[in-house]
Amino acid sequence: MTETASHGQAPRHIPDRLQGPGARLLKSWELLLFAVAVAIFIANSFASPYFLNAWNLSDATFNFTEKAMIAFAMALLIISGEIDLSVASIIALASTAMGAAVQYGAGTPELVLIGLATGLACGAFNAVLVTKMGLPSIVVTIGTMSLFRGISYIVLGDGAYRGYPAEFAYFGQGYVFWVISFEFVLFALLAVLYYILLHRTNFGRMVYAIGNNATAASFSGIRVARVKFILFLLTGLMSGIAAICLTSRLGSTRPSIAFGWELEVVTMVVLGGVSILGGSGSIPGVVIAAFVMGLVTFGLGLLNVPGIVMSIFIGMLLIGVIALPRLWAMWRR
Amino acid sequence: MKTFLKSREAILSAAILALLVLIASRFPAFVEPGNLARVFTDTSPLILLALGQTVVILTRCIDLSVAANLALTGMVCAMLNAAYPGVPMAAILVLALAMGAVMGMINGLMVWKLNIPPIVVTLGTMTIYRGLIFVLSGGAWVNAHEMSHAFTGFPRAELLGLPVLAWIAILVTGLFFLGIARTPLGRAFYAVGGNPHAAVYTGIDVGRTQFMAFTLSGMLAGLTGYLWVARYSVAYVDIAGGFELEVVAACVIGGISIAGGAGTILGTLLGALFLGIVKNALPVVDISPFWQLAISGTAIIVAVAFNTRSGRSKGRIILKRAEGHA
Repeated sequence: MTETASHGQAPRHIPDRLQGPGARLLKSWELLLFAVAVAIFIANSFASPYFLNAWNLSDATFNFTEKAMIAFAMALLIISGEIDLSVASIIALASTAMGAAVQYGAGTPELVLIGLATGLACGAFNAVLVTKMGLPSIVVTIGTMSLFRGISYIVLGDGAYRGYPAEFAYFGQGYVFWVISFEFVLFALLAVLYYILLHRTNFGRMVYAIGNNATAASFSGIRVARVKFILFLLTGLMSGIAAICLTSRLGSTRPSIAFGWELEVVTMVVLGGVSILGGSGSIPGVVIAAFVMGLVTFGLGLLNVPGIVMSIFIGMLLIGVIALPRLWAMWRR
Repeated sequence: MKTFLKSREAILSAAILALLVLIASRFPAFVEPGNLARVFTDTSPLILLALGQTVVILTRCIDLSVAANLALTGMVCAMLNAAYPGVPMAAILVLALAMGAVMGMINGLMVWKLNIPPIVVTLGTMTIYRGLIFVLSGGAWVNAHEMSHAFTGFPRAELLGLPVLAWIAILVTGLFFLGIARTPLGRAFYAVGGNPHAAVYTGIDVGRTQFMAFTLSGMLAGLTGYLWVARYSVAYVDIAGGFELEVVAACVIGGISIAGGAGTILGTLLGALFLGIVKNALPVVDISPFWQLAISGTAIIVAVAFNTRSGRSKGRIILKRAEGHA
């Protein structure tokens, strides 16, 4: 990124702060994404007569709200230079734990508590392995990805948990006001919280510092391991929240729940302009990326495109958003 | 000798022996030569993919698209056979190798020329390849009765008491053994993973070496794709779903360092055999196959913790640690 940004500029221009050309590029990326979102919106309204309908659009938000919640925390984690591929499996395990609790007659408050606690525990497990034992997060979370979902399979086999209490359905199916769902409100609230956390607090600055140069960050007094520990905890917690919403929306738990979501979450983050190598990215970018992905999948769904074909688009989106700027830079050189 | 006893290969061999003794103490039939041969044959696809994955990981990359590559190539071979049963076996084998190699090259090119992190590239191509199977087949299955006898018979044909599938695994393991120790490319894999900057100064093209690693991995995935589909006589969208994790697990258990540049072919072979024996023993000792996923997950974590620890004691990590944090 620095390569493309510095290209074509006077050599004496040395960016002394992060609000240099990099930030400008980032802003233009968000603008570009927004334009894409608008274009998809318009294209969808022409492609299907069912698209421009308040209730349909409200339904469309469910395509991304749960994933976006995890994507916020994942964005911070990736900016700090780590990654968590176990998020979808945390959902499976948290959902299984809640389902098991239902069999023992747990009520809604207990279920929420269990969902959050399972998410936190899984996040802590990843965090200990990565920050205390110094293991690479990619392999650790590939391992826990099998482990967490594996536990769900051990508990459930090919069965399923059902019978969630009626009021539990509110989290995934309830509406706060007219077509504004509870999940959408939660998504918006979390977006604001994460925006403040990343862009307006010391903690957020630390995350960027660690992602840009962890050694320099630790020499400037940042407790790198602790910040990363917290980020893994946050990612686990968000997965727990997503598990509550998704379980409540589906009303049942199977071990294959949320299968493959880690890919969509990472895609959302990368599409939002977060550098996969760490050090740069923003929450507004991730929010717009969430809308883009939600609109694309919903639009394709209205056109009766099967889910697995949509995943081709997601995969191409993931590679395309990283490859195109680099191809562009190569072509201009 | 002492270093050998402490090596990952020795520990793993001991673990495998202990595992076999443990199973044999209750189920002696499991360790009969005939059954062990069956277990080896059953593990052959894992061995083939793990060998390809090994060179990829040696060069500090990772290939998560192997299972999807396998499934796509398998489906294409099966559909070709169903449509034109007359196509000779040699042509199908060449097609499988070529198709797999091309898919590996696509990964490799994006890593080499565009500098995209391998995990992102292969996460993306994993879904793309898997999705293409659906586009090609329309979600339909290719079943045993649509395949020709030559097609399904090839991997199962017995030669000196072992099926061709097992012989291919042995042959490829041998080739990798020699290739890694005796060819410039084999040494380049280690050089690139051990220290990319130093590799550049010795005249090794890092990107090209990684490209070659991905090509090899893809080629083996393609070959295994045909063998898999022919052996089980069925092809559908989801075959070998999640198999890439098992492949990475075999490598990590075998002592291939995810930081690149360290590990042996023997280690990978033992890692794959360990997983294969566990997988085949589960139903014998009456544990639900649903345990499989959690076991390989645990094995990955334990093995990677082990890898990091054993790497530390050697004292060569100083630079790497600084790099790892940077």
